[in-house]
Amino acid sequence: MMRVGIIGTGLVTPLGNTPAGVLAAVREGKSALALHPGFPEPYFASLLPRPVSFEEVSLQAARAAVQSAGIDASAPATGFVLSSIKGDIEHIDKVDVSLAYSAGNIARALGVSTPPVVVSNACISGLAALVQGMRMIRSGQYKQVIVVGTELQSSFIVTGFQSLKALSVEPCKPFDANRIGLNLGEASAAIVLTCHSERSEESVWELVEGAIRNDANHISGPSRTGEGSYNALRAVLPFVDKKDLAFVNVHGTATVYNDEMEAIALSRAGLLDVPVNALKGYFGHTMGAAGILESILSMEALEAGVVLPTRGFSELGVSAPVQVSAQEREAHGKAFIKLLSGFGGVNGALLFRKGGAQ
Amino acid sequence: MKEVSIPCGVDLTQLYRQEVGDYPKFFKMDVLSRLGFLLTERLVGSDENRFQPREDRAVLVFSREGCVANDRNYVATMKDFPSPSLFVYTLPNIVAGEIAIRNKYAGETSAFVLEKYDEKAIFELVRQAFQDPVTQSAVVIWADCPSDTEWDARGWLVNREEL
Repeated sequence: MMRVGIIGTGLVTPLGNTPAGVLAAVREGKSALALHPGFPEPYFASLLPRPVSFEEVSLQAARAAVQSAGIDASAPATGFVLSSIKGDIEHIDKVDVSLAYSAGNIARALGVSTPPVVVSNACISGLAALVQGMRMIRSGQYKQVIVVGTELQSSFIVTGFQSLKALSVEPCKPFDANRIGLNLGEASAAIVLTCHSERSEESVWELVEGAIRNDANHISGPSRTGEGSYNALRAVLPFVDKKDLAFVNVHGTATVYNDEMEAIALSRAGLLDVPVNALKGYFGHTMGAAGILESILSMEALEAGVVLPTRGFSELGVSAPVQVSAQEREAHGKAFIKLLSGFGGVNGALLFRKGGAQ
Repeated sequence: MKEVSIPCGVDLTQLYRQEVGDYPKFFKMDVLSRLGFLLTERLVGSDENRFQPREDRAVLVFSREGCVANDRNYVATMKDFPSPSLFVYTLPNIVAGEIAIRNKYAGETSAFVLEKYDEKAIFELVRQAFQDPVTQSAVVIWADCPSDTEWDARGWLVNREEL
């Protein structure tokens, strides 16, 4: 199987716009979560400074990734994948808010000459978009793929989650006994993927294998048995020696059901002795950006030799003894798994590894 | 490769009563999910052991407009009482989830948005999805609904060996 490497990253987040800067902020325990006036109910969220535009922040992250990768965005061998759930939904009364329209504008402004593809697979969109980019390279369709994930918050999303009673009125507490819900977040994050054989072997992060699996259970609630999440993990675990697995960066939204479901899935997959962390306490739930943002931070953390703390966690509140911690830990191994789940019963697992062959 | 479609203007409730009839959750669904559901009934309704749980069949849905028709319905409720039952359909992939639940498909489900209907582009993405070694067949849906009454709806049942 052709190897797929990561050669560029770009970020726009409330905690900074460079991976190193954001990593430093997170290691200092900073969080952008704050109380905001709502529509009308107030809500806790991690928001970008106003004014903010969906296309502009996507472009900013994508340009940073393209620049750090040193690729030609306009080459016929460059593909473009956008990940988002609600795109420019805030302007639904005024303009074409389809993700297709936004993706076309972003791709063209970036100079991309190939047709954009949008992956909109609920909260696993960012992870699914990386899997899609990997497949495009492995199929030979493109030599490099720009994958950008963006989500902005709006009255549409906030009132929707409030109507579902899924939002916490305080900073979220992933995996904690007193968790009561999630916080929403905004970010754009981009990764450039390439056919790995074109780059030197030692210094490159690789997307090793990814899988997407459905619970086939409920459109807005996770499976009680963690079926889809477990099946996604089961599909990627054969590609890693467990002693090389530094951590699993889970979804960890801090809703009662999500975290319990993930704990069951990790337990069924035999991962109770592997460190686990969740980053929603720093950025909130950035939806279509989460898979890419959290993957970039996980790579940066592993480069620094650490497992990032789970901000907001203090007392284990799930039925399986997962190795989650509020403290930074030393990382052992060169690989990690990104895990996400979302509405529509969808779950994803993606295995990242640094350097040479297993 | 099996191929089906639902012409625009057909009464979907009547079609459901004629061709399905035993799945009342249909009435909760938005137009996108109704179309995906009914297309899939036509594709797999005669499958042997139809409701045996399986992981080897993917559901891949494509559109230009995503779920914009239902987004507008949700917006109409926002001022007074935001509707959770409409909000849960404001994601383009819920249709794939509904198909997976109905048919007990535990395989991949993915939703893609493209700038226009392009069969070549759709099937390139379908071929790429078969890189997952577990996937042996896929329900492929193009369901594009700019509003609750306008759509272009087609479906295919694709087996690995047909690609």
